[in-house]
Amino acid sequence: MAFPHRLDAPELPDFSMLKRLARDQLIYLLEQLPGKKDLFIEADLMSPLDRIANVSILKQHEVDKLYKVENKPAVSSSEQLCFLVRPRIKNMRYVASLVNADKLAGRTRKYKVIFSPQKFHACEMVLEEEGVYGDVSCDEWAFSLLPLDVDLLSMELPEFFRDYFLEGDQRWINTVAQALHLLSTLYGPFPNCYGIGRCAKMSYELWRTLEEEEDGETKGRRPEIGHIFLLDRDVDFVTALCSQVVYEGLVDDTFRIKCGSVDFGPEVTSSDRSLKVLLNAEDKVFNEIRNEHFSNVFGFLSQKARNLQAQYDRRRGMDIKQMKNFVSQELKGLKQEHRLLSVHIGACESIMKKKTKQDFQELIKTEHALLEGFNIRESTSYIEEHIDRQVSPIESLRLMCLLSITENGLIPKDYRSLKTQYLQSYGPEHLLTFSNLRRAGLLTEQAPGDTLTAMESKVSKLVTDKAAGKITDAFSSLAKRSNFRAISKKLNLIPRVDGEYDLKVPRDMAYVFSGAYVPLSCRVIEQVLERRSWQGLDEVLRLLNCSELAFTDMTKEDKASSESLRLILVVFLGGCTFSEISALRFLGREKGYRFIFLTTAVTNSARLMEAMSEVKA
Amino acid sequence: MDCYTANWNPLGDSAFYRKYELYSMDWDLKEELRDCLVAAAPYGGPLVSLLRKPWRKEKAASVTAVLEIYSASACLWPWKSGPVVSLGWSAEEELLCVQEDGGVLVYGLHGDFRRHFSMGNEVLQNRVLDARIFHTEFGSGVAILTGAHRFTLSANVSDLKLRRMPEVPGLQGAPTCWTALCQDRVAHILLAVGPDLYLLDQSACSAVTPFGLAPGVSSFLQMAVSFTYRHLALFTDTGYIWMGTASLKEKLCEFNCNIRAPRSRWCSRPRSKERAVVVAWERRLMVGVMRPRASSILGGLFVLDEDSYLVPELDGVRIFSRSTHEFLHEVPVASEEIFKIASMAPGALLLEAQKEYEKESQKADEYLREIQELGQLTQAVQQCIEAAGHEHRPDMQKSLLRAASFGKCFLDRFPPDSFVRMCQDLRVLNAIRDYHIGIPLTYSQYKQLTIQVLLDRLVLRRLYPLAIQICEYLRLPEVQGVSRILAHGPVQQKDVSDEDVARAINQKLGDTPGVSYSDIAARAYGCGRTELAIKLLEYEPRSGEQVPLLLKMKRSKLALSKAIESGDTDLGDVHGVAFVPTGAPWFCKHQELETLKDLYNQDDNHQELGSFHIRASYAAEERIEGRVAALQTAADAFYKAKNEFAAKATEDQMRLLRLQRRLEDELGGRFLDLSLHDTVTTLILGGHNKRAEQLARDFRIPDKRLWWLKLTALADLEDWEELEKFSKSKKSPIGYLPFVEICMKQHNKYEAKKYASRVGPEQKVKALLLVGDVAQAADVAIEHRNEAELSLVLSHCTGATDGATADKIQRARAQAQKK
Repeated sequence: MAFPHRLDAPELPDFSMLKRLARDQLIYLLEQLPGKKDLFIEADLMSPLDRIANVSILKQHEVDKLYKVENKPAVSSSEQLCFLVRPRIKNMRYVASLVNADKLAGRTRKYKVIFSPQKFHACEMVLEEEGVYGDVSCDEWAFSLLPLDVDLLSMELPEFFRDYFLEGDQRWINTVAQALHLLSTLYGPFPNCYGIGRCAKMSYELWRTLEEEEDGETKGRRPEIGHIFLLDRDVDFVTALCSQVVYEGLVDDTFRIKCGSVDFGPEVTSSDRSLKVLLNAEDKVFNEIRNEHFSNVFGFLSQKARNLQAQYDRRRGMDIKQMKNFVSQELKGLKQEHRLLSVHIGACESIMKKKTKQDFQELIKTEHALLEGFNIRESTSYIEEHIDRQVSPIESLRLMCLLSITENGLIPKDYRSLKTQYLQSYGPEHLLTFSNLRRAGLLTEQAPGDTLTAMESKVSKLVTDKAAGKITDAFSSLAKRSNFRAISKKLNLIPRVDGEYDLKVPRDMAYVFSGAYVPLSCRVIEQVLERRSWQGLDEVLRLLNCSELAFTDMTKEDKASSESLRLILVVFLGGCTFSEISALRFLGREKGYRFIFLTTAVTNSARLMEAMSEVKA
Repeated sequence: MDCYTANWNPLGDSAFYRKYELYSMDWDLKEELRDCLVAAAPYGGPLVSLLRKPWRKEKAASVTAVLEIYSASACLWPWKSGPVVSLGWSAEEELLCVQEDGGVLVYGLHGDFRRHFSMGNEVLQNRVLDARIFHTEFGSGVAILTGAHRFTLSANVSDLKLRRMPEVPGLQGAPTCWTALCQDRVAHILLAVGPDLYLLDQSACSAVTPFGLAPGVSSFLQMAVSFTYRHLALFTDTGYIWMGTASLKEKLCEFNCNIRAPRSRWCSRPRSKERAVVVAWERRLMVGVMRPRASSILGGLFVLDEDSYLVPELDGVRIFSRSTHEFLHEVPVASEEIFKIASMAPGALLLEAQKEYEKESQKADEYLREIQELGQLTQAVQQCIEAAGHEHRPDMQKSLLRAASFGKCFLDRFPPDSFVRMCQDLRVLNAIRDYHIGIPLTYSQYKQLTIQVLLDRLVLRRLYPLAIQICEYLRLPEVQGVSRILAHGPVQQKDVSDEDVARAINQKLGDTPGVSYSDIAARAYGCGRTELAIKLLEYEPRSGEQVPLLLKMKRSKLALSKAIESGDTDLGDVHGVAFVPTGAPWFCKHQELETLKDLYNQDDNHQELGSFHIRASYAAEERIEGRVAALQTAADAFYKAKNEFAAKATEDQMRLLRLQRRLEDELGGRFLDLSLHDTVTTLILGGHNKRAEQLARDFRIPDKRLWWLKLTALADLEDWEELEKFSKSKKSPIGYLPFVEICMKQHNKYEAKKYASRVGPEQKVKALLLVGDVAQAADVAIEHRNEAELSLVLSHCTGATDGATADKIQRARAQAQKK
């Protein structure tokens, strides 16, 4: 229902090619180890692998048994073992322990490790240290882009966020650049490139270098996708930290969508078995409600149920021939739709039960207050209460971060007391979590104003006025500040509402947050696309601390068709949320664009917080 | 035409030898050639001369020797280093100067010093008596005879591996003559001591006798090895010459002449049946040709005007003297057939026919017919083309090619490429044979050398324009040709600053396809210009290429920063560039915890050090004492990092841990690793209220938290009595609404109602609604005249029962509005 695509919306490129490519490569790698073999798969790779090659394909290529890589000895009896893993140290230790155990037992087998999406030298070093480097052959499965949906590509690298934004580890940038390079070889060059953020910039530069190295390949190809926009997650943490209220986002927040599919438990399926449902554009019911504000979903579903019933009812008064037609052609579709409908209604009920309680509404209210910047005191005590009541460690943390980012850090008193409360409630090990959050700029302390000003006045006595101004600037940039409030004003992120915001007929992207807030990331993208550059956004960039980290690169080629110019690839480095996807889909419909999303992983507030949390080993 | 064969000397049955002048030498030799050390590079390479006098006669002579390098057609700079024993050219046209102390100096073509290496200590002590430079498959080798009469050799000077040859038994004085041989990829030394011959290889010294050597030889004076090391000529003091294979196992021929003290060189043509040795003595030159199955040899004599020096080439001998530079070789078959007097070979006829045709004589037709009748026209054309290749004079080349093209007209399907290629090759050859260029390559040498090598040599001689023209003329692909020249050219310029050269190269090349800046840089580095190499690497777009070279140049810092810049941290790792700043923390965190700790220690990063110890307290330690100790270290680190909050928190945790331990001991159950809140809750749930309160006081748990905590715990226990007591203990800091809520959660409406009455006015409506008392809620809301509350109550009015209440609210609203 709600908003069908505009008639002139451009066609999306066919991303199934990526799957075929990955599959062929995997098969090639498996064939490199001829004969029967057992395949050990890392848990994180199981779902993505499932989307690329199912068990029967693996069996066709002489994979005998499948095992999960976990911390216990394998019982495989095969003569050849193949490991399909992410390049992680712990996996290497696992492989090494297997090999060494075999050595002790006097067994010789063939071992092959396939790294996806790439091999890291450190991994080989571990193998070397464990003394098994010579026994193992290594290969790379450059599978970095998984099409989760017609317009959503995921690299399925949730660790990207922590590795880069917390540890400052740049290993994955190369992977990103390789992925972009692959896209441009398959779908033509991108005539217009924009980006913001350090990682975006580095990835872009590395990607360009790759292109230069292999120039000629993409030259002369007609671009299929007119724009590419790279965005670092740390440009906009706020959006990712908000509770999601669009259906798809809610399902993700509540049930965790994993690799494009979700496990609905017994409370949804109203049977004792849980059900795995693939959530993408092929699910017709889901496709129509995924981008809807939750308040509309129920109404829509009941309407849909009525329509379905009406269609079923048509069979009354049919003659035999019509009935035959109906059964052979429509019934299956209807039944399918029926099944999906009941699943989503079940999911809705379950969500309603959880989310329409007063607690949830208060939570949303607090979030909105934080976003708008009023009643900060009240919000702070709400958060305190939240912590005291041990509602949820992740939720509490999320609220604290949201408060910190929107307020340019917590005032020292709150910073200390909230942390103390938190440690008392959820355990002292979170001291490390706080140190992580501080490092990532998610939860910080407001720079104690007076000490700085004292310093400033001391220093400025020594220098001229002009220099003093500069010093002030330097001091203020010392602490990484979010300056959210000013940006919000500048970009008009909090829509002025006269009367009720009609969530059924949204006016702007704010609908994804019940009309209270336009996602910052999406607004930035909108603004840049409108201007076709960062011009006029200097102030915003300064406030985002990204003055030097925003770039545009336009080629003056006119080869791009007007159709392709309305296709925009948005690359989220560090993950994006379903709310952002919905907001941009909405923007696309309004402006006649079509967005394609590439993300290191689909994320949400809980995943972000978990990535920052230190859990007891 | 008759006179064309005038310089042909028949030797043997069927072979002719000819000698023609390549250049008249323009060199400015002050001394006699015999007083100089001379060396010439094969393949028309450059010559070098060095006066040997100063060291021979009086060591203190103030005359500075001058090392002179000439092109084959005939630069110079004073020699400052020690006495030179031998000179020679390497395959890369580098000049090797073997000094008396065993040091070998390597110079470029332009006299630029490249590098220096030593032939080892043994050589240094015993001095060098004699040295030879020889060419092998691997490159150029140096063999040295030391003062102790031992041999040391290196088969490849660019990859120096010294081999000390075994001692020759009974060798008292210097061998009378010796040479380096290269067989089966191994370098040997053949030496003669008086009448005895010895073959030295790496492991042994064996005495050898040439097969079929005539008796009565008292001493070998000279030996000459052929260009390919296949054949050997031995010359004795009796004027006897033995020629055979280099293995000495087969004799080809022998003959006697009356020459003393000659210089001999092999002169042969590939694929020729006959071998010849050229022997020069005094001012005469003798060519000895051997014939198969004949025991004698025919000697042809050439008279030389001056002292000459012989340079063996692939297919002949170059002879140069003070004034001229000549080439002596066997006349190739094709030329011979065409030009032999009264030759009836098809090629000869064709040449004749063409000449007649030019004279517009009908004889042309006759000749042509004759060839065609024999069906040999194709052969004729081929012969002409081939012969043209072997001609030195452009006019002869032209006339032969003209004949070939004339003959071609009468052929239907003659593939044109051999003709075209020959024309192209000859143009190139003529161009480089030019006096100013001075590379007198013959066609066969050129083919052996290949165009790529030739181009490299031109580049080495800084003849860039010519090289580029040749590339363009031959339409070589850019990657092989022009780009390569452009790339390698300017690196060798010496006198310009690095910055300028780098910029010039970049301007010239831009992004020319096929140019790899790292290759250029590698070359610059090879020329000893590290700074230039670094500058050039700046232009290299692929960091993957930059890093390894930088490392090779021992610029690890720069390599590291490049690796970082590239964003590909793995790059840094792979090449082992210091692990520290890039991949390190990630790697260490998972693999080498100790290293990580050291790293933080080294950086005085106390904050991270603290975190590290905290992590350790969870992961590494099992015992409480250990954990507490780790935490103590962490707390100390936090103090150092001026993070008092973290330090205090850590100390609190230590206290808590100890306490939890005590609780476990005294009360049983699990307390360890619970949060403070959970610890207190557990105590309350276990009925240890006193202890719980004690703990709360000890850790200064705020009132609010304590109330929430107790409330939840008591409700969980469903201890309603205790809850009520607790609620009355003092005024609740969290209000009474939570009490209502928690009771309703446990479905205890009765208890909930108790607390609902105590809820403060602002939340009363909510509380009443919670317990389901809609009517009373409505009353309160109306009393408050609060619109929001009214609508809240209204939304709770469902069904018929609340109909009256709804009406009431509506009325109240209407009233409020009226006012």
